[in-house]
Amino acid sequence: MRITCPLCGERDRREFYYKGAALVRPAEGADLDAWHEYVNLRENPAGPLDELWYHEMGCNAWLKVTRDTATHEILAVQLASGAGLGGEK
Amino acid sequence: MRFSGWRVLREGLTGNKGWKPHWRDPEPKSEYDVVIIGGGGHGLATAYYLAQEHGITNVAVLEKGYLGGGNVGRNTTIVRANYYLPGNSEFYSHSLKLWETMEQDLNYNAMMSQRGIINLFHNDGQRDAAVRRGNSIVNQGDDAELLSRERVRELAPFLNFDNNRFPIMGGLMQRRAGTARHDAVAWGYARGADMRGVDLIQNCEVTGIDVENGKVVGVQTARGPIRAKKVALAAAGRSGQVAAMAGLTLPIESHVLQAFVSEGLKPIVDHVITFAEGHLYISQSDKGGMVFGSYLDFYSSYAARGNLPMVEHTMETFVAMVPALSKARLLRSWGGIMDMTPDGSPIIDHSPIDGLYLNCGWCYGGFKATPGSGSVYAHLIATDRPHGAATKLKLDRFRSGVGLMDEEGTGAQHNLH
Repeated sequence: MRITCPLCGERDRREFYYKGAALVRPAEGADLDAWHEYVNLRENPAGPLDELWYHEMGCNAWLKVTRDTATHEILAVQLASGAGLGGEK
Repeated sequence: MRFSGWRVLREGLTGNKGWKPHWRDPEPKSEYDVVIIGGGGHGLATAYYLAQEHGITNVAVLEKGYLGGGNVGRNTTIVRANYYLPGNSEFYSHSLKLWETMEQDLNYNAMMSQRGIINLFHNDGQRDAAVRRGNSIVNQGDDAELLSRERVRELAPFLNFDNNRFPIMGGLMQRRAGTARHDAVAWGYARGADMRGVDLIQNCEVTGIDVENGKVVGVQTARGPIRAKKVALAAAGRSGQVAAMAGLTLPIESHVLQAFVSEGLKPIVDHVITFAEGHLYISQSDKGGMVFGSYLDFYSSYAARGNLPMVEHTMETFVAMVPALSKARLLRSWGGIMDMTPDGSPIIDHSPIDGLYLNCGWCYGGFKATPGSGSVYAHLIATDRPHGAATKLKLDRFRSGVGLMDEEGTGAQHNLH
């Protein structure tokens, strides 16, 4: 499995750390159910999934990767910053 | 049809013409008291214990493929009860006791081999953890024994004791642990359930779960609708998809775990041996193959096959610890789909829907749990109360944060297990 980092180009899976599903982070002060959903619950699809990967051995960028969990095919990669996952002011 | 030594002898002398199929192949009825989704080890064991312990025989096990075609046929066959934390500890203890009598109970040879497991440690910190875990196991009522480096050398002289980074300092042994013939476990429970009246229905994929007014009333399947008073999930890596049919989202990510087997070799590894360095576990099958594995690939996957980096890591660790076998050829490898929870421990509980039960989140512990899981799940389904050995395997521990069972102490979040 190889991931094309927008900054570094196509790189081996070993350079990346896997965080999991790319979910929108709840706002500060959100209720327990919202955090439970974010921290624990997963759609867990057998098919395309938006995920967060960290280019640990490369440029240190967090990436939002769309990957098919049934085939391991990488469908799209973009920088996580600006992907609208929360944390923006 | 009962199995015995005499029967084997008689069949052997008469051309093996008297063997019959081990279970029926029934058409699904229109209604059952209990429908179990998933004809793997856990589903079949649950059906068996429902019939055997609770007298509930109007039961169907629905399997989308063939019986035992999932993780029960794709694991490294290790059986043990050497867990540290309450919750896991009493559950796996219960399970190991059932393993010890299962073959007699089922009249079926599962080749249960209590050859003992040795968890090696390579530094002071790992030794302290092993001592503490050993004491916890003994307090639970199971067996644990601390082995010195020299004692390990007597039992397994082929190991690399003087690896520069990971010298072997000793091991924690559980003699009652071992291996079992994984397929035979599924077949034994299937036959036992069938003999007691359970319908085992293969090629019958569940396509929907019918819920009315918050109560489950049946399932839709590839072979038509089936009404049911109770529906029990036992779908392992596919639990998320099955639960979604009832509108539930589970705290589960499905990951791939690879396993490997070498060509057949003469007997050398007498026990199950695990290495704390890089996490590796090996045993030798009765056919002579070295059966081994290590970590998850660590990304969500339903592919039932892994990637090469983890193959490389596993081989490196194997060769570092057992250099004598560095020229053994790898015969095959495969991947299983693990239903991973945030804390790495399972769920056997009611679901928020009346009459719908959950058995999932087995992570990498599903095979050794098979009899225990079937036993406590059947108890929950039959009585609506948790079995004494499974009071802590709760679904709501993730929401509340109370009673998390993070066995490795790495933190209860998805990407750490």
